[in-house]
Amino acid sequence: MKKTLIAAAAASLALAGAASAQEVKIGVILGFTGPLESITPDMAAGAELAMKEVSEAGGILGGTIVTPVRGDSTCIDAAAATAAAERLITSEGVAAIMGADCSGVTTAILQNVAMANGVVMISPSATSPALSTIEDNGLFFRTAPSDARQGVIVTEILRGKGVNEIAISYTNNDYGKGLADSIETNFKAAGGKVTLNAPHEDGKADYSAEIGALASAGGEVLVVAGYLDQGGKGIIQAALDSGAFDTFYLPDGMVGDSLPAAIGADLNGSYGALPGTDSEGAALFAQMAEKAGFKVGAFSPESYDAAALLMLAMEKAGSTNSADFAKEVMGIANAPGEQILPGQLKKAIDIIRAGGEVDYVGASAVELIEPGESAGNYREIAIQDGAITTVGFR
Amino acid sequence: MTDILNAIIVFANFVLVPGAAYGAQLALGALGITLVYGVLRFSNFAHGDTMAFGAMVTVLVTWWMQGHGVSLGVLPTALLALPFGVAATALFVLATDRVVYRFYRRQRSAPVIFVIVSVGVMFIMNGVVRFIIGPDDQDFADGARFIVSARDFRDMTGLDEGLAIKSTALLTIVVALVVMAALFWFLQKTRMGKAMRAYADNEDLALLSGVNPDRVVMVAWILVAALATVAGVLYGLDKTFKPFTYFQLLLPMFAAAIVGGIGNPVGAILGGFVIAYSEVAVTYAYKRFLGHLLPESLAPESLVQLLGTEYKFAVSFIILVVVLLIRPTGILRGKTI
Repeated sequence: MKKTLIAAAAASLALAGAASAQEVKIGVILGFTGPLESITPDMAAGAELAMKEVSEAGGILGGTIVTPVRGDSTCIDAAAATAAAERLITSEGVAAIMGADCSGVTTAILQNVAMANGVVMISPSATSPALSTIEDNGLFFRTAPSDARQGVIVTEILRGKGVNEIAISYTNNDYGKGLADSIETNFKAAGGKVTLNAPHEDGKADYSAEIGALASAGGEVLVVAGYLDQGGKGIIQAALDSGAFDTFYLPDGMVGDSLPAAIGADLNGSYGALPGTDSEGAALFAQMAEKAGFKVGAFSPESYDAAALLMLAMEKAGSTNSADFAKEVMGIANAPGEQILPGQLKKAIDIIRAGGEVDYVGASAVELIEPGESAGNYREIAIQDGAITTVGFR
Repeated sequence: MTDILNAIIVFANFVLVPGAAYGAQLALGALGITLVYGVLRFSNFAHGDTMAFGAMVTVLVTWWMQGHGVSLGVLPTALLALPFGVAATALFVLATDRVVYRFYRRQRSAPVIFVIVSVGVMFIMNGVVRFIIGPDDQDFADGARFIVSARDFRDMTGLDEGLAIKSTALLTIVVALVVMAALFWFLQKTRMGKAMRAYADNEDLALLSGVNPDRVVMVAWILVAALATVAGVLYGLDKTFKPFTYFQLLLPMFAAAIVGGIGNPVGAILGGFVIAYSEVAVTYAYKRFLGHLLPESLAPESLVQLLGTEYKFAVSFIILVVVLLIRPTGILRGKTI
């Protein structure tokens, strides 16, 4: 009896050992709590969908299953995000990180944890221009474009409509400040005037003081570089209530169906742009998301692509060691090679295994430029009759 | 002449009108704090979250009423739901008093213990509210949004500047005045009100005169619940309902109560308006206002803003510190803290 027990225990240990040898973990570090918590579930679902797809098709490296492990970046608390990343790397042993989401915590995790442990990070949504120039030992990539690019797009759209004077209100964090500064620099360079570039705090009920200052400064259009469920909405409501501004420019964090629903007819005539493509991949991904039971929110295509790039780079390098596969990420994302759309990850793995080249296009038409960030495709929108209408792509 | 009118309108639109509504909301909140301090003798940190709780119940009842097609026409339906909110909040704070505060009252604990206990109650209420209604913005306002909108005002008067008066701003001021009048009538004219003032003034003497302490405490809590709910609902209607913002109101409300003279109801009202107007006036950019008044050559190029709007909350803090240093009893001689 005793012997059989020992044998069983040994066998189960061996089995467990075998299973873990066939598994690689990827950390999914996003703001499950905090100011982005409304879009985070769809982002995580996007990343996990890619891992599920690969695992169900037999995994990478000839049968290694990919398992997601979630960590909470909180979006705003650098200490909590660092601790979460530390836990994932040291006790869960993740091979790579899909994340983080907000620019501030992404920087903190990169500098304090990822570089110290030599682990690759691909962020789906950190857009601060500061992340382009940061020292990263070649470990950091992002499938989202830098806001330096968005500043150019904003300027093109505004100048195209003949706007000469703007006021900017930004959410007081790394994202808002980076974007606002990028818009100001580009708009001034294009000959426009920025009357005021001032921050607002999220989560307040009353923005009449902020609007008072912006109204005093004046301008034809108010650019609101904030979050649509947060202060950005409050700023627009307060501006309309006091008659300070009638037209608003809405950057990526401000585009969502809840905004026209909350503000009503007064928002008609405002416009903006957000990362997005009319590519085949985007449509495919929307179908896959629907089947998997989540919706394509902001940055969920980018999350899928970030996870897919990590896995394909591991396959290409034949290793789950960051030092090996970090070098492969750019090659996977860009031409030459066979174009890979969402849902074709197994095909990509087969091509790579056979020694071929792939050009990962994915759900967001990824094209990585130096130093490892998305070149950026933008969808220009306008609010017409209380609905978000796509005007074109840039 | 039109320049002067324009300047006055711009000032009214961005300082006078919003400040009056905000001041009335702070005053109602500060009244509740001052009442707890006067009668129960401690600083109630849970007051902000009591407001959130009352507003939450009102929001839920409002939604239910809206679902059944009940409406007040141009007035918000929330006014009909308000009595339900007050009742539920009164029950909640009475239950809190029974299971928490009464124990410490019988122990005759020091006020600082009560303060810490109220912090604990605050966290629990905070959690309850978020658990029931969630942490997000909730929309429950209906009825007419404006009495005069900025665009209509411009069309009507032909001036360059518009003056917007939100119906909720006027409603806030009217309801606040009614509630304050009722409170003062209660405190001055009724037997219970007099007993409460006697109890607040000198507990032992009041007990010797046959005042029933349990009843005084109970009525005080009901009044506090009513004030908190009204303040919370008006703030939510005028701005937006979001549980966490009531916690942030704690500092300006305490500042209002202390600046006016804590324990003194008139002081709480005065303090509310002092704090509200200081916050708005110090962070307002006077560029456009001065631009209308001054000749073109003198018109300011900069914003003429004393303090960035991101430091708005610091204003109440500074006033609080200054008052505590120079005149700890507050403007109207309340109790010393």
